[in-house]
Amino acid sequence: MIIGIDVGGTHTDAVLIRDGRLSKKIKLLTRQDHLMASLLDAADYLLEGEDLSRIERLAISTTLSTNAIVERKIDRVGMVISSGPGLSPGQLPKFQDTYYVSGYMNHRGIEVTPLKERELDDILEDFRKKGIRHAGVAGKFSCRNPQQEIRIGNGLKGATDHVSLGHRLSGQLNFPRRMATAYLNAAIWSRHRQFVREVENFMAEKRITAPCYILKADGGTIELPQSVDTPAQTILSGPAASIMGTLPFVEPGQDAVILDIGGTTTDIAVLADGVPLLEPLGVTLGGYKTLIRGLRTRSIGIGGDSTVKIVQGRIVIGPERTGPAVAFGGPAPTPTDAMVASGRLPLGDRKASEQALQPLAEQMKRSLPETAEAIFSLTCDLIAQAVTEVMEDINSQPVYTIHELLEGKTVVPKALYAVGGPAEVMAAPLGKRLGWSSHVPGNAEVANAIGVALSRTTAEVALLADTERGILTFAEEGLQIPVSKRFSREEAIGLAREKLLEKARRLGASENDMDMEITEDLVFPMVRDFYATGKNIRIKVQIKPGLASYLKSGE
Amino acid sequence: MERKSKKTGLIFFPAFDWAISPTHPEREERLLYTQDQVFEEGLLDFDNIVEYKPGLAAKEDIDRTHICVPDAASVTTDSHLIAAGGTIRAAQAVLEGKVDNAFALVRPPGHHAMKVVHGARGFCNVNMEAVMIDYIRRHYGPKRIAVIDTDCHHGDGTQDIFWHDPHTLCISIHQDGRTLYPGTGFHQEMGGPNALGTTINIPLPPGTSDEGFFHTLDHAILPILEEFKPDLVINSAGQDNHYTDPITNMRFTAQGYARLNEKLAPDIAVLEGGYSIEKALPYVNVGIILAMAGIDYSHVREPDYDAATLKQTGDIIRFVEKSTEMAYQVWKERKNFRERIVGHNRSMTRRKHVYYDTDGISEEQEETVRICDDCGGMVTIDSQADTGRRIFAVIVPYLACPRCRQAGEEAYDKADNRRYAGVYFQDKDRDLFRVK
Repeated sequence: MIIGIDVGGTHTDAVLIRDGRLSKKIKLLTRQDHLMASLLDAADYLLEGEDLSRIERLAISTTLSTNAIVERKIDRVGMVISSGPGLSPGQLPKFQDTYYVSGYMNHRGIEVTPLKERELDDILEDFRKKGIRHAGVAGKFSCRNPQQEIRIGNGLKGATDHVSLGHRLSGQLNFPRRMATAYLNAAIWSRHRQFVREVENFMAEKRITAPCYILKADGGTIELPQSVDTPAQTILSGPAASIMGTLPFVEPGQDAVILDIGGTTTDIAVLADGVPLLEPLGVTLGGYKTLIRGLRTRSIGIGGDSTVKIVQGRIVIGPERTGPAVAFGGPAPTPTDAMVASGRLPLGDRKASEQALQPLAEQMKRSLPETAEAIFSLTCDLIAQAVTEVMEDINSQPVYTIHELLEGKTVVPKALYAVGGPAEVMAAPLGKRLGWSSHVPGNAEVANAIGVALSRTTAEVALLADTERGILTFAEEGLQIPVSKRFSREEAIGLAREKLLEKARRLGASENDMDMEITEDLVFPMVRDFYATGKNIRIKVQIKPGLASYLKSGE
Repeated sequence: MERKSKKTGLIFFPAFDWAISPTHPEREERLLYTQDQVFEEGLLDFDNIVEYKPGLAAKEDIDRTHICVPDAASVTTDSHLIAAGGTIRAAQAVLEGKVDNAFALVRPPGHHAMKVVHGARGFCNVNMEAVMIDYIRRHYGPKRIAVIDTDCHHGDGTQDIFWHDPHTLCISIHQDGRTLYPGTGFHQEMGGPNALGTTINIPLPPGTSDEGFFHTLDHAILPILEEFKPDLVINSAGQDNHYTDPITNMRFTAQGYARLNEKLAPDIAVLEGGYSIEKALPYVNVGIILAMAGIDYSHVREPDYDAATLKQTGDIIRFVEKSTEMAYQVWKERKNFRERIVGHNRSMTRRKHVYYDTDGISEEQEETVRICDDCGGMVTIDSQADTGRRIFAVIVPYLACPRCRQAGEEAYDKADNRRYAGVYFQDKDRDLFRVK
């Protein structure tokens, strides 16, 4: 059996899946002051009367790190930056304790300016004075050559509890994001480690020997101990859980849109050939743009509880939420009230909804049913319009080769999957507006936990071979190895696959569940003074987000 | 330094799968390190920098500008149509008010492509800026447009296309044609008889540095622009004046390029040449993008930058000052040249020999323009290339007067297509293109 638990901001969902069937489920209010307690409560409920030795795996997702960042309950981090020429420091992300050091790697990973290790002495002195125990290091182009970052890290290690190195967190180019990613990783490191320890203690107490996995923002899981030094990967796993939890109900291999219609917002995610699309660079959280791989979602400020107003004779919905719908004791009319008043949603206090909408109807000089209909209709229109915009965005994503521009695949969904409170009521009208089929997956109230339970382990590897210099770099592994002048694209792909398998195994992937994909495959002949001097080979491979096991229908 | 933030559109199309030939400077690798630098600096994360995907230019877009022999499809590849389409995309973003300015970082370049195209010259088949300008006028109404060609090579293609157009100011600054391809671009090349002074050439000596470029900008280009009052300024933005460029001899820097774009404030910039792909382009392009977007570029610097080695000598300073002064005189005196040059002629003819170095084609051309006080004048071209193709073309100019249009129609009707491989008729205002 598999246990999946999602500790979300409001609710904690948990499921027990036995022989591919949903066997137990529970939904609790999350205890804001004690997320760990919520997790343990849910686990205790599911495991009651179960033979714990039969657990195949336990998978969890938690909003702990996300909350810590949003509420700024994080550790003070000393950021050591080597930026070289380019953007001025005024344009780079700002942190409370930032130290610029000498040293610069250029775009090919060639050291242009050496590091002055003695500069670190002053920094460590300042750390001591300020009581800084956590550090982040980011160098420009460190994903092309991590040596300077590694040396800075070694210089800081002895005097700190933890050092986050930019190149370890992502192989992607984007220096400001690398800074932010290293910062966040260092800032939540101690909290996350504490969390991992508590989970491990719980498992030890219960004598659970099955592996425990944690969900990442990209919808993949890794074994909990593997997440200790890269906790940033686990932020924003909530939206990922919801998308992954819908996947078991989606016909495999198709282009589709998943809508999570919540109280305050509606989140839009897209599947291409059945696989959720990833953010091109990384997720954004608390104002920080990062290189953390995450599922691509767009959130719009319209949900079931958005406040409805009439402004200059026109209906305005959201983006603010003042409370639940009036039908459920809230202070102001909402789209949910429009659904209740029109009889679409047979829940709550219909009279109260009608009374709340009456003043709006008067302002509109229309009947109550007409007004309720108009609000509902506009809510659907706005969400459908946002979905259309998301699809346009995705399909107008820039490409850089003639082949891709001429032959480029477009994502053309034909199906809509809606989850969340008003999903049952809104799915069909939304599908009609978009011209797609509409579906509401079962067990939507515990979709997040299902997603956590079933997601496979994901991993990625970026390879850069520069045969003119005779160097091959696996950025995130901090690895550079010599290659010959004759090193080829085929060898590079082979090596990248090998590295990916090795990494995925280490992170907890099972041998028969590695759906590999090449996401970048570029070879550039290098020419200097009209002579071919080498090749610049760039390969990225990944294990796609997806389901490790499927859910059989029927409970 | 406080700068006004501008919304900048970026059309980035490095054509990573296209080269003229494997070791040609115009190859797959050309914008690779530029892409690396632009991505690593995180420029696309700025709210005021927006990236657009290029479309493909249509055959009509090429035929509106060029006379392609035998036709547009034969002299262009997808890569040319995407580069032209990307440039058009830049113009659309600006003219539809989506951005304040835009930079088309596309390849291959186009500024050596002339009106008649028998093949490729100077790595260029079709002229991106010219195709874009004709597109703008067709879709967004009449515009006075200035093209400032800051490539190190004379923008001879752009000059040729707008030679007779008084509504398009073409200023080219470049390394002295006696020392560099294509060997033209002297002060006395000042436009056709109906458009004297709207072509301005400012040759600069080898070794010109930032200081020299700014002298020319301040004492010729900016004052002329001030008086011409264009609706749009276009920077034909070659990056081969850089001190590391392998095929030129200038000493311009990334800081210089950024400041030039800040001062010139082009509405649209279009990449032309520039083949120092590792040492210059990454820094120059980041500098230009930041300058166009009004973001501090003061920290953009080449790793090997050394101010002391880039100083100009006294000879160079004097050459630059004299050349700048002469160019400004051409502009100032432009109305006085007409009587001397045109006299009582009713039409004037120039004969040109054009060599297509990239494709190894030679062309002999005779171009005749009707002298006209009301428009740029109807033009006929008789062109014979050593491919064996001889063609005749009639061009009714942009904002043509009725008499030039009538003369053009008569010339087309009269032309005997048995003598030519093709007779072409192009009418800009009516957007007509015919072949017989």
